[in-house]
Amino acid sequence: MATRAIDFAAMNAGEPPHLAAARAGVYAMPLAEIDMLDTDIWVNDTHWLYFERLRDESPVHYHANGRFGPYWSVTRYADIMAVDTNHAQFSSDAHLGGITAKDMDDDFILPMFIAMDPPKHDIQRKAVSPIVSPGNLANLEVLIRERAQAIFDNLPVGETFDWVDRVSIELTTQMLATLFDFPWEDRRLLTYWSDMATADETVPGNPTKPEREAIMLECLMYFTKLWNERVNAEPTGDLVSMLAHNPATRDMVPMEYLGNLILLIVGGNDTTRNSITGGLQFMMANPGEWAKLRADPSLVENAVSEIIRYQTPLAHMRRTALVDVELGGKQIKKGDRVVMWYVSGNRDERVIAEPNAFKVDRARARQHLSFGFGIHRCVGNRLAEMQLKIVWQEILKRYPQGIEIMGAPGRVPSAFVKGYTSLPVRIPA
Amino acid sequence: MAKITYIAADGGARTLDIADGESLMEAALANGVPGIDGDCGGNAACATCHVHVDAAWLMAAGAKSDMEAAMLDFAEGVTADSRLACQIFASPALDGMVVRTPVSQH
Repeated sequence: MATRAIDFAAMNAGEPPHLAAARAGVYAMPLAEIDMLDTDIWVNDTHWLYFERLRDESPVHYHANGRFGPYWSVTRYADIMAVDTNHAQFSSDAHLGGITAKDMDDDFILPMFIAMDPPKHDIQRKAVSPIVSPGNLANLEVLIRERAQAIFDNLPVGETFDWVDRVSIELTTQMLATLFDFPWEDRRLLTYWSDMATADETVPGNPTKPEREAIMLECLMYFTKLWNERVNAEPTGDLVSMLAHNPATRDMVPMEYLGNLILLIVGGNDTTRNSITGGLQFMMANPGEWAKLRADPSLVENAVSEIIRYQTPLAHMRRTALVDVELGGKQIKKGDRVVMWYVSGNRDERVIAEPNAFKVDRARARQHLSFGFGIHRCVGNRLAEMQLKIVWQEILKRYPQGIEIMGAPGRVPSAFVKGYTSLPVRIPA
Repeated sequence: MAKITYIAADGGARTLDIADGESLMEAALANGVPGIDGDCGGNAACATCHVHVDAAWLMAAGAKSDMEAAMLDFAEGVTADSRLACQIFASPALDGMVVRTPVSQH
């Protein structure tokens, strides 16, 4: 994309009060003190300002004192693209730390294809990808729509409820249970395991490392039972059956099975869940955009891409440099941790017009970074888009008057999962 | 300048005059040719501009980079004539070329 001229004053006119209030302080801070992994700036939603500053002053920035050790922040769209498409020099390997800023624990490595390099990555990804093939998605669409309709049919009217629990979690968990053919009554275990898998033990209130590992092993035990039921039965097309029967995955060791399960559970759960919650807030905070969508429902697919850009449900992906490499004029050394901040690239003033505006009819809305690019690009992106499309088509049908946002959302204390713990809403009577 | 014809899965054809150096993906997006998404903006990094190149034109279209080959490896319905339209750039040598777009980009 072409580089754009930036008018910061115009761009930031009318910014939300919590950002206006924090702006001067963020710009007064020495760059060396900034740590994008500090969970406070994710809970209080001020990370935007730090990224705006880094993109402008130090777009490939070395944090010598990061919470999990030193790391590079890559914050511009073009630099992120350069790292994401250079898998030969920037590794995803779990044994080098994996794909999140916080290293995967040496003593609890969960091998999963997202945290592998070629050729093993390629083989395992291909074993899983048929679950989201166009043909399978067409079948799933009917089912997902029926279930979404049932969820909306049961929402209370005229009283405040938690959108995260009643809609976002329920819808994505049902979808995931369907993909795994997971025992229906136990499906919230999937939500729980997803949350626990990404819970940072250094954050108060989260389980400790041994507690988290015990929870992950419970997940493994549960899924081992499903594997054992299915490995000796005819293939059924669900994910567990696929993994148990595919030559590329049927001999996986238990931790590798667990790793790939966690990947699919987190990938299919946290992300879409938070885009469902984020999308409702963005749409209701921008009545002009909501009116545009109502007037022209054919914008729904474009609106979905814009929601996914605007939310960026996974804030970053991390790589480890395999060689010394120059990026943005900086020397990255072999072994350095490199964090690509998708959430920042998706607001890069240099390539995206009015990046802080939410526009359902944005031109080329699909060109966002939220799914990543290159060989690790989200394998379930079309499924995610389909779920969000269904959500918005059903909302358009049922609630033309909109849904009232009754309070501020709770935010997940994580620099990885950019998400919400709660959002009080009310459907007008 | 090259005249390039895009044939959609339903048989509908569109012919564009594309300036030298412009990619077949970029021209398709700019002119609303259906069946091409171009999510990565031309970096051979998403495989959402997958096209099948008419056999007579495969050589003229040039060689695939490693990245293009790696991305095509994960795309749907890939055959020996598969290319990413963002990696094919118009030139007089491609004048008259025909490409077919898949049912959907995936």
